[in-house]
Amino acid sequence: MRIGSIIARAVGVAGVSVSALLSAQPVSAADQLTIVSWGGNFQDSQRKAFFEPYASATGTKVTEDSWNGEQAKIRAMVETNTVTWDVVVGGSMGQLCADGMLETIDWNKLGLDPEKFNGREDCAVPANAAANIIAYDKDKLPSGPKTIADFFDLKKFPGKRGLNSRPIVNLEWALIADGVPIGEVYKVLSTPEGVDRAFKKLDTIKKEAVWWTSGAQQAQLLADGQVVMTSAWNGRIFDAVKNSGKHFAIMWDAQILGYDYWVIPKGTARLDEAYKFIAFASSPEAQAEMAALIPYAPGNQDAVALVDAETRSNLPSNPEHMANALIYDEAFWADHQDELTQRFSAWMAN
Amino acid sequence: MALTMGSMSGSTVQLPLRTKLQRVERRRKLRAFALVLPLLLFILITFVLPLSRMMRSAIHDDTLSLLMPRTTAALRDWDGKELPEERVYDALAKDLKRAWMEKTVGKVSLRVNYELPGAASQVKSSARKLSGLSGGPYKAALIGISPLWGERDVWGVLKRGGSSYTGFYLLRSIDFEYNANSRIVASPGEKAIFRDVFLRTLMISITVTAATLLLGFPVAYLLAKLPPSTSNLLMIVVLLPFWVSVLLLTTAWVVLLQDNGVINGILMSLHILSEPAKLLYSRFGTVLAMTHIQLPFTLLPIYSVMKSISPSHVRAARSLGAGPFYAFWKVYFPQTLPGIAAGCLLTFILCLGYYITPALVGGPGDQMISNFVAAYTNQQLNWGMASALGAILLTATLLLYIVFNKLVGADRIKIG
Repeated sequence: MRIGSIIARAVGVAGVSVSALLSAQPVSAADQLTIVSWGGNFQDSQRKAFFEPYASATGTKVTEDSWNGEQAKIRAMVETNTVTWDVVVGGSMGQLCADGMLETIDWNKLGLDPEKFNGREDCAVPANAAANIIAYDKDKLPSGPKTIADFFDLKKFPGKRGLNSRPIVNLEWALIADGVPIGEVYKVLSTPEGVDRAFKKLDTIKKEAVWWTSGAQQAQLLADGQVVMTSAWNGRIFDAVKNSGKHFAIMWDAQILGYDYWVIPKGTARLDEAYKFIAFASSPEAQAEMAALIPYAPGNQDAVALVDAETRSNLPSNPEHMANALIYDEAFWADHQDELTQRFSAWMAN
Repeated sequence: MALTMGSMSGSTVQLPLRTKLQRVERRRKLRAFALVLPLLLFILITFVLPLSRMMRSAIHDDTLSLLMPRTTAALRDWDGKELPEERVYDALAKDLKRAWMEKTVGKVSLRVNYELPGAASQVKSSARKLSGLSGGPYKAALIGISPLWGERDVWGVLKRGGSSYTGFYLLRSIDFEYNANSRIVASPGEKAIFRDVFLRTLMISITVTAATLLLGFPVAYLLAKLPPSTSNLLMIVVLLPFWVSVLLLTTAWVVLLQDNGVINGILMSLHILSEPAKLLYSRFGTVLAMTHIQLPFTLLPIYSVMKSISPSHVRAARSLGAGPFYAFWKVYFPQTLPGIAAGCLLTFILCLGYYITPALVGGPGDQMISNFVAAYTNQQLNWGMASALGAILLTATLLLYIVFNKLVGADRIKIG
């Protein structure tokens, strides 16, 4: 037995019992699909744009679940041969793919043009791109920050800042605020001096940092007045403005775009169905529908033309917002996550 | 004659009787064992097996010896002083090509990356480029593909990978690592974290245990002294936290402790504070919330021991001329010690494994070891590290228990 330890076994046993329950239902395997996503208003939007239309168009029973990106779950299912998730939405799928835990995407089988999907990977179809941005409350800061350097400027904007409790995005922003051109961020961050430089810049706002661990905390921190500004995902802030009537604003300078992907865990019994669903959800029409519900940039470039002007102005891919934008580098983080997360934890604690 | 007859007949009857008795005895034992068997199996499957698996995967990692067999074998007699010779590069090229074909290169690169951060993409791209190369010599070609292969570090990692057992995870868990010469050295200061976290876990557990004892002892005393009707009511109040999930209790504390929360609001409206105190995301908040949750665990054993102490002991001491405090301290208190020991041990060991409360109420400097175990298990998928941290925590807990046993004696612990 290899590393696939007891945890895997235990989860596997749970998986077997769940799949036993599922197969006890009088629905044949082909007529149902289990789709797992991030939950929250993101998954609510996906339900309206993808799950429900797909279910009514094909007669498939869509079972939903949500997760927080615990990749161990997929690994445990695949290693114990008890895959109950057919389609999963997640970010940073490179490692699972390299470990052979995900199906390699066959674009012919999808019937889609891969050229339309920027950021595609061997095992992953881009579903949409979310922007990491700085958000602030207009009621409290009428003239908010204009550049990422303002976020690091405690003199100009005194007060607490909300930051992700993981190193991702923080280190990039620290370098940009310190004057590194946006095109060279990952090059600089690949050197030990670059990492030191980023941490040194983060040192300057450390005493005013409030760390968030989940997306739901971003708008909450702002609403509670715990912070004057926070790093956030643009969809979360959009939702707080639209549905909770908050006067939050988004500062788009140095936005960092990260992809969410559709992936298929290896060994699912409903492989064809999974492909069929991903093809459906990646069509320009469905993608445009999704963008109208939550302003994340569509994975399929063709969808942008179908989106109305107002929605388009909210998308991260709006040319105005893209003036100084960075694409999150999956490969860099696959290499350095282990090392930098440990250093970041040590830095946060001291 | 009669004697011999008697002894003879006796022996012929006695032998079957003994076997019969033995048989009955054996059957009884079997039946008793069968009754215990489910529990035994349960403990074996859910406790002993996972724990020993965990202890094993803290030191067992055959990724490299399995997936890079030629390279690790060729490196066996490499002295580590200079770059290896051509045949090792040849072996590496063969292994990487096969790993690329079989899609195991991800595992290999990840394993190398643990010890050489940043190497994963180099290993992967080398394998990809090699798969297009038809023949050697490989040494110059590989160094041309990536400078990684021109440094000794990666060869040290691969050589150590020849053994299925590695000290890497355990070493890293106490802030040590291998250097380029395969010597064990302390991790650089900016990376060193785990010794601090273990110490912190210990300190928080000790503080919470002391706090629950200080708060719990007088309450237990009060409960034991009051008439049953009043004490039962108070008991329900004490037991309330038991009926609410830990997650809920913790979230309630988040609401109370935040900057604009109830506690800061009251203190500010009374003009005790001019600006909100930092209660949430602090050590104080963590200890406060944990103390609240753990209080019944410390209190109940003390209470039940106090209940069993006869009031006549103190009365006798008083009638013999001892003052109220002297009688309490010399006669009553020593009798409560077994309960105190049990309650404190229970709380202390439970505290060592706390995860959700520090995660929600504590700041980055208050995270305990379980938090890191969870992150390595779920997010980073580095189960070697998760196991190593867990194994160290388990060993430390057992050691502490042995010390405690020597000092107090397990036989003196009394739950009730």
